[in-house]
Amino acid sequence: MKQKLKEHKEPFVRIAKRVKIEWWKAWGIRGIALVGALLVCAAIIYAVVALNPLQVYKAMFEGAFGTNKRLWVTIRDMMMLLCIGVGLAPAFKMRFWNIGAEGQILAGAIASAACMIYLGTLPGILLLLVMFLCSAVAGGLWGLFPGVFKAKWNTNETLFTLMMNYIALQLVAFFVALWENPRGSNKVGIINPNTRAGWFPPLFGQDYALNVILVLALAAIMFLYLKYSKQGYEIAVVGESENTARYAGIRVPSVVIRTMTISGAVCGIAGFLVVSGASHTISISSAGGRGFTAIIVAWLAKFNTFVMILIAGLLVFLEKGAIEIASRFDLNNFVSQMIMGILLFFIIGCEFFIQYELKFRDKKHKEAQA
Amino acid sequence: MTNEIRMVNIRKTFGEVVANDKVCLTINPGEILSLLGENGSGKTTLMNMLSGIYQPDGGHIFVGGREVVIRSPRDAFALGIGMIHQHFKLVDVLTAAENIILGLNEGALTDLKAVGVRVKAICDRYGFVVEPDKKVYEMSVSEKQTLEIVKLLYRGAEILILDEPTAVLTPQETDMLFAVMRNMKEDGKAIIIITHKLHEVMDISDRVAVLRKGLFIGEVPTCETDPQKLTDMMVGRAVSLNIDRPEPKERRECLSMKNVTVVDSDGVKKLNDVSFTAYGGEILGIAGISGSGQKELLETVAGLCRVCPGGVIAYTAQDGAERDDLVGKSPVEIRNLGVRLAFVPEDRLGMGLVGSMGIPDNMMLRSYKEGHSPFTNRKKPKELGAAVVRDLEVVTPGLTTPVRKLSGGNVQKVLVGRELAASPSLLMTAYAVRGLDINTSYTIYRLLNEQKGRGAAVIYVGEDLDVLLELCDRILVLCAGQISGIVDGRNTTKEEVGLMMTHLSAAEEGVDS
Repeated sequence: MKQKLKEHKEPFVRIAKRVKIEWWKAWGIRGIALVGALLVCAAIIYAVVALNPLQVYKAMFEGAFGTNKRLWVTIRDMMMLLCIGVGLAPAFKMRFWNIGAEGQILAGAIASAACMIYLGTLPGILLLLVMFLCSAVAGGLWGLFPGVFKAKWNTNETLFTLMMNYIALQLVAFFVALWENPRGSNKVGIINPNTRAGWFPPLFGQDYALNVILVLALAAIMFLYLKYSKQGYEIAVVGESENTARYAGIRVPSVVIRTMTISGAVCGIAGFLVVSGASHTISISSAGGRGFTAIIVAWLAKFNTFVMILIAGLLVFLEKGAIEIASRFDLNNFVSQMIMGILLFFIIGCEFFIQYELKFRDKKHKEAQA
Repeated sequence: MTNEIRMVNIRKTFGEVVANDKVCLTINPGEILSLLGENGSGKTTLMNMLSGIYQPDGGHIFVGGREVVIRSPRDAFALGIGMIHQHFKLVDVLTAAENIILGLNEGALTDLKAVGVRVKAICDRYGFVVEPDKKVYEMSVSEKQTLEIVKLLYRGAEILILDEPTAVLTPQETDMLFAVMRNMKEDGKAIIIITHKLHEVMDISDRVAVLRKGLFIGEVPTCETDPQKLTDMMVGRAVSLNIDRPEPKERRECLSMKNVTVVDSDGVKKLNDVSFTAYGGEILGIAGISGSGQKELLETVAGLCRVCPGGVIAYTAQDGAERDDLVGKSPVEIRNLGVRLAFVPEDRLGMGLVGSMGIPDNMMLRSYKEGHSPFTNRKKPKELGAAVVRDLEVVTPGLTTPVRKLSGGNVQKVLVGRELAASPSLLMTAYAVRGLDINTSYTIYRLLNEQKGRGAAVIYVGEDLDVLLELCDRILVLCAGQISGIVDGRNTTKEEVGLMMTHLSAAEEGVDS
């Protein structure tokens, strides 16, 4: 075996875990990552379609914030994503892989639409309250099932919540057929277009102001709940180790069920926002994949609901901007997805450099001599 | 080929922590070197650099006079260096022979029979017993360790590094290991053994090298030193090595278990008809080979294991008035009964503490529910955390640093500090000093004796028989889930307890009340 011995030089670079990092350094790294991502995007845009990258970025910006209406649509969608992220936070903090937000949103959306259709004669505020409660209950039920099965029989929550999405999707298809308007269109169409019953009323002259208030309130409550409440503490302990939780006298099954119900309920409220606060209709694309995008929001923010505002804003900005450049420069949607992919790669990837540092060979020798 | 190894001025840092600095070490063939030092003194780090797991930040390593760079365990093997880690690196579902050749790249088809023959030759030469076709998951800890050693020898290791090999062995198994180590030494192998147990150092090694806080303190031939001198070198000042054992005063019944049987989810009896009484004002030691039911015994009292019908766990409060049956009660119900139960579990970060939380958040783990507010009380745990850090001299960068980032000894201090803060009437500890250095261990012994002095009943599950014999008033010996006897700590011997650990009937006559 001795013959196999090879002479090695020292490795050129080694990876070492950082003990701590100053906040300005961490944000510096994130800033560099963002600039790097924009540069790489620019190079690719130029190389592939020979457009001026600056113009493309300008178009993106205008797409998201260009007009008052666009600005408010961007804010509306950002609040939507934030709401779902807030809903997912407790589940993921408990290390419960809730990938069923889509289904929970749709369940809430069905409940809201049903209230609008069947209870459209109730007075405005009361109807909104009933819708809010019904959508929360519907979403909560959609979270409760996988929670109960996990707690009682230790089923795999990832598969379970995913399957619940398809059930919700089929239910929506059923109700779309039931509530079809006009007949034969296979669409529900705008609900209560004349009475506007169950629509979010404009506040301060803005159609979407209520969305903002509602979601920010939810985010603040969730922040306090997770950080300071006893139940939030239980969630953190269960997420870390079930053994520790049992040792501490926490009844793990009931925490799992309770937390999943809360998670589903908030996602259900997101469904209420979709129907009542945005589209005023329901279709199988009411959730539109946002239940999955919000997983990124929740994890990137490390379940801090205020950081989620930033992340949700960034993602929605990218989406809106990408749609704009696709239409303005006659590109297809893949360009937008590419840009989004590159940006996310850099932003998530730079966390590595915040956790670890690189040590180069030369530096080491200097250190040794010092 | 002479394989003397020299490490010169080795330095290694992890972030701001200096794990090793200016360490010089020489190991010669045909010699057993003990590497001694407290926790966090950098022993394992140093050896990891020799076996290719870490890269030194400075300094040089020479093998046979030639400078080498060891970039991976594969490089280390090529140099004839092999390390046996505290946590074995074996694949459970493979056989002994398969584990031995794993990763050797000896061509696509491997003749397992030939491997078996070679393994047998190695075993005969040094006095090992290895069954090549036995699966690892069927092996005892001692067998796994033997397999690890044979694996290294099979690969032609000339220098063997053993990281705390005796921590998991019974006295008899340790003797067997030492016999084998002496055979290997005769054969010209160089052996480095990391251990905390001074009598083992005296017993097996030729030379002792001492590290303290990452620095090389010195090196002495074993025959010219004694445990007291070595301790002083390790700690940096004179330390008394005697463990106190005050006479129990006012023994009173605290916890009485009768006919308790516990069956796990696979239907295996983990505790079999266990009956004993723990008294306030005394330390009851529990000895046994690991996995003999110690864990289940404590968890049953804590309300974490289901007891089979017929068992009784009677708890008598300190004033002697109440008697409660704890069987079938949850931890919360037990607490609500007013049972002041402190429990230091074996798995500190996986059960006793929440690794990702800071000290204050961990302080409220067992008491966060107190009060009617839906929000947690942040002030009390913070004060308690600060008090524990101050009183037990916990070394931490900050109060809110995740406890997972603290060293093992400091983690244990945080856990013990929290459990003692509730002024318990019954204190249960599982392997309270496992992996701790001498200084911290003696702090723990002192704290246990303090609780005993307060009149608390202390149950101490331990693995080091020397400590059990010095510390405990009575020792309960478990064997395969049954009590093989309860002996008086003052009148028993290591051999007697060791025998009872492996044989149920051996000490029938030793059973007292």
